[in-house]
Amino acid sequence: MITNAAPIVTRRMGYEDSYTLSRYLETGGYDGLKRALTMSREEVADQVNRASLLGRGGAGFPAGRKWSMLRAAPTSYLVVNGDESEPATFKDHLLIERDPHQIIEGALICAYAIGAAQIFIFCRGEFALGLERLQQACNEAYRIGAIGREIFGSSFSIDLVIHPGAGAYICGEETALLESLEGKRGFPRIKPPFFPAVQGLYGAPTVVNNIETMSNLPWIVLNGGDAFSSLGEGSSAGTRLFALSGRVNRPGWFELEMSKTTFRDLIFDPALGAGVPDGRSLKAFIPGGVSAPWFGPNELDLGLDQDAVGKAGSMLGSGSVVVMDESTCVVRAAWRITRFFHRESCGQCTPCREGGGWLEQILRRIEEGEGREADLDLLMDVCDNIAPGLTWPPQQTTICVLGPSIPSSIASSIRMFRDEYLAHVRERHCPMGGHR
Amino acid sequence: MAHLSLENRERATRLISLYPKDRSALIPLCHLAQSQDGYLTQEAIQDIADLVGVTPAEVYGTATFYDMLHTEPVGRYVVAICTNIACLLNGAFELLEHAQKRLGVYVGQTTNDGMFTIEEAECLAACDTAPCVQVNHRFFGPLAGESFDALVDNLESGRLDDVVPPHGVLNRVERSVGLTSSAKREAAQ
Repeated sequence: MITNAAPIVTRRMGYEDSYTLSRYLETGGYDGLKRALTMSREEVADQVNRASLLGRGGAGFPAGRKWSMLRAAPTSYLVVNGDESEPATFKDHLLIERDPHQIIEGALICAYAIGAAQIFIFCRGEFALGLERLQQACNEAYRIGAIGREIFGSSFSIDLVIHPGAGAYICGEETALLESLEGKRGFPRIKPPFFPAVQGLYGAPTVVNNIETMSNLPWIVLNGGDAFSSLGEGSSAGTRLFALSGRVNRPGWFELEMSKTTFRDLIFDPALGAGVPDGRSLKAFIPGGVSAPWFGPNELDLGLDQDAVGKAGSMLGSGSVVVMDESTCVVRAAWRITRFFHRESCGQCTPCREGGGWLEQILRRIEEGEGREADLDLLMDVCDNIAPGLTWPPQQTTICVLGPSIPSSIASSIRMFRDEYLAHVRERHCPMGGHR
Repeated sequence: MAHLSLENRERATRLISLYPKDRSALIPLCHLAQSQDGYLTQEAIQDIADLVGVTPAEVYGTATFYDMLHTEPVGRYVVAICTNIACLLNGAFELLEHAQKRLGVYVGQTTNDGMFTIEEAECLAACDTAPCVQVNHRFFGPLAGESFDALVDNLESGRLDDVVPPHGVLNRVERSVGLTSSAKREAAQ
């Protein structure tokens, strides 16, 4: 079902000039920040807690709880994670290019609530236009008194820096992002401490929140946390921006009320994905970025709900859904995803650095018709070394979750399409049309 | 002997002033040096090291971790073709093969005239326009054989000069406000 819930983070997307200051101000821009500044810090944080806003980056950690974990210290920081790189995810890219002021306003509200000393918006380096729009918006926000000293006449002062990344998937991992922001290689930090709220940027307590998470804050402050949590269901509150791609007639982004809409709605509804092209049937889909195990047609009626997807053995993750149709070679798809993880492994941990490479080579040889039947067990064995037991959520033998994400595609596709893997081996070529 | 131009050294100083610790400006300075030379020269690496107070080896070691930072010369236009999952499902490998034929070089190589370098990219977060391509980090897509050829023609003839700046130019909007970090201000007081 598609509900009539009004869009929150994409409400300006109908305007060609949605990214400009004049359009932003005409459509209620910076009213949320002004309201927040009339409230106490605790009241702002309380509204976000009441909203039950789950982080929109991928892990789905409650934003309010993240803030409350901040260790008391003379200096703390807010870092906004705009290093969107999870394959098939393109929602933050949209928000950065089309509504940069909304991100800045949300970040200012968050910084006020947590008492941060400085804000850094870490924007993926490849988003050249996005970086320009963010910097432009930052310059404008200073000029109208929304950033800087004594913001809008209050006692709240803060600086905000737009920081460009330089191309590395791993920097989406929050501790790797902080290393990168300190001018180093993007190596995830050894845990514990588990949370940057304890030890973050320059060792100071730091909140790291996603772009979409920040973009929700102006609305939550203006409309109240209860209005937000009345949307969606249970722990999956509010609306969420979903990115749909692959073999669908209408790939694109859709802001939908959580839980209420199903994957079937998202993929097949004429107003959303409008189904699979050329009259083909759906073979499989990835429910939340390529770190998530795949689903098949049996899971289409699951709601876009963090808990429901988790219980079914995958994750809503970054909210990006990829559709594969009957013409898709699953070995080739799993191989390409595995090659991505292998390339993007930072190299610190052996299971990820070596395992990813071996898995990629085995998948490639199966796809090229050089595989053996024993390769299927070998794949599962290597996967088991990276994520022991192949449970969901996965066990971890590595510093960060990049490694344990590698088995997701492989284990789930072998489980669903064992015969197709075996056909590659027995027929000594790809039965799906001999790609590559 | 400084390698960065006087103007860029001033920009570098302003960038460093934004961060509580100088080394945080390392990557922004690498982008700045790349916008001057098209890639990171040994001389620029030395300059950046001096500016942020680390060794050239630390700058080099950091820069080589990141896909966007080049320590060897590249073409005027770096054509990055995504072949990750959403693009793969929409013909990205066919496009990549076509691009290699059209430009006469393989992935990682630069044409003899120094105009084009082909890269195979990981997901560029534009999956609704798959298969997508970036030229110097400006987006194009969805592209196939003919539309790719038209893009190359337009780049060669200079018709896209306003849209696609030379390689390395990442952000054409300069920061014009609030140029000293609060932490540094407090330390100075």
